[in-house]
Amino acid sequence: MDQTEIQKKIQELQSLAEKSSVDIQSDLKRLQEKLSEGRVTPQDLWKRVLLARNSDRPTTLEVISHITEQFLELHGDRVFGDDPALVGGVGLMDGRPITFIGHQKGRNMKENIRRNYGWAHPEGYRKALRLAHEAEKFGRPLVTFIDTAGAYPGLAAEERGIGEAIARNLKEFALLKIPVICFILGEGGSGGAIGIAVGNEVFMLENSYYSVISPEGCASILMRDPSKAPEAAAQLKMQPQDLLSFGVIDGIIPEPPGGAHTDHAYTAANIKQQILESLKRLEQKTGEQLARERMTKFLAMGRFVEEEGSKQNFFQRLFGLNKKN
Amino acid sequence: MALFSNLLGRMFSGKKPAPTQVVPLKDERTFVAQKHSCPACHTHLDEGELERNLFVCPQCSHHFRITPVERIKFLSDPGTFQEFSSEVQTTNPIGFPGYEAKLNEAKAATGLADAILNGFVQIDGRKAIFSIMTFKFMGGSMGSVAGEKLTRALLTGIEKRLPVILFTTSGGMRMQEGIFSLMQMAKTSAAIAQMELSQIPLFVVLTDPTYGGVTASFAMLGDVIIAEPGASIGFAGPRVIESTIRQKLPEGFQKSEFLLQKGFIDAIVSRAELKKTLGFLIDTHMARLKVR
Repeated sequence: MDQTEIQKKIQELQSLAEKSSVDIQSDLKRLQEKLSEGRVTPQDLWKRVLLARNSDRPTTLEVISHITEQFLELHGDRVFGDDPALVGGVGLMDGRPITFIGHQKGRNMKENIRRNYGWAHPEGYRKALRLAHEAEKFGRPLVTFIDTAGAYPGLAAEERGIGEAIARNLKEFALLKIPVICFILGEGGSGGAIGIAVGNEVFMLENSYYSVISPEGCASILMRDPSKAPEAAAQLKMQPQDLLSFGVIDGIIPEPPGGAHTDHAYTAANIKQQILESLKRLEQKTGEQLARERMTKFLAMGRFVEEEGSKQNFFQRLFGLNKKN
Repeated sequence: MALFSNLLGRMFSGKKPAPTQVVPLKDERTFVAQKHSCPACHTHLDEGELERNLFVCPQCSHHFRITPVERIKFLSDPGTFQEFSSEVQTTNPIGFPGYEAKLNEAKAATGLADAILNGFVQIDGRKAIFSIMTFKFMGGSMGSVAGEKLTRALLTGIEKRLPVILFTTSGGMRMQEGIFSLMQMAKTSAAIAQMELSQIPLFVVLTDPTYGGVTASFAMLGDVIIAEPGASIGFAGPRVIESTIRQKLPEGFQKSEFLLQKGFIDAIVSRAELKKTLGFLIDTHMARLKVR
């Protein structure tokens, strides 16, 4: 049993205890002890990394088809080509127009060869930006789905400026005057992930991960042994609970007990519910507010110490200059 | 990030070079000191001559890597550098095993607090802000402190209406800070978005080597992007790419000249010309803003 399952069990028992008079205090106590012991081994965490990579997990297009009545995929970056590894389009969700973009993995070998296993090229990121600007022009919210091991490390990607494409997205996404809501569906791999993850609100599915480097990469660089990936995964603190506690993400989307791949409809329904909830909040705000809040949120990211005495709120002092709250 | 393990791998291997005989090419200046020749063209070259020539080989114009202090000396008016944001100090945000030890090692080796140094400077009398990265501090890797300092340099540029000049060199994001280092890509890019709204110019000087998340964020977001000759610049490291595509990479791949040809940088400027060029860029970009 891993940590989330224990937590879930505790919640279940607590609500049961409130409703009925059955004495389950001893069970509760035992579970809480188990949780506080924190006996979560790297192997437990590793199982969840494997769940995040499960090839039967709902993909971007599958989630979209579950949560929209109608969807039209829009192709191409208008410069070079169309990237099947990063898709997008416009859809109606409960009659409300929304622009969706996301990494697209395949279900089998043949699809994965076409989709490049969800490793996107520069044209994918440029298409994403084109669709984001299109959404902004017509005042639609933008929802992004992240599911990639990373941006593609290849000759063609470098020649066409994969670094520039991601960099531009990071800057332009900060300025969008529409609600931007992001979901890490499975793998949130490094620069390739954050290239479409600069959102007002960012959520992770229960068994997804989001990390600066793959656990295998970290293990091979720091421990000189890729087989130590489970240890690296634990050290990198890349699971939703970690990121939530760091304040990097805004919430965790529950998956069915066996993982998202066991029930696509359930998982998609939870995502839809979150989109509706977030939109209710974000649609109260002006475009300017949305852009400024997104920008200040990311400007505040990071942990460091400042010597006593020199401490003044740098950002507030600066943003006092060119913003009126 | 996984994609340039060749660079970071060398930095984090913890192996110290053997003290004598075999001089590893990675420390080119030790090579010159011991062999009195240029590691690139093998022409006779001594240390004094090299330094007088701004650490550029007079024969083949190979640009050696230099420290932030040397960059300040070569590119700004003497005595004008005034450091700021040094109060920002590194911590171990995700409790990564062994990170403190690595930090202390790097601090001792470089005398710097982290991989970025910020300061006000003057370039032939023109005021500007420098933010200089150093590869010697944990491979120039970008964690919370580097991200914060860079962001402060950019926002200070907005506040004081001064042009900002970034000198990049990095293996990428600092994996010991986990997700916080990844977030620095979005953070620094958001600061650049803010600069754009304020119409303050940002000049980026790419130096050898610039890789990973740094390339995929602020390094590619300058209003004008300059590279030193022969610098390696890319997202994924060559070894990772070779193992992905299973073929040898072409000669000159990911060099400054390659990026110029592919349209990703504005110009390649030699170190001797750089100060003049930066001055010219300030003149051409700050006229409307009426620098005080």
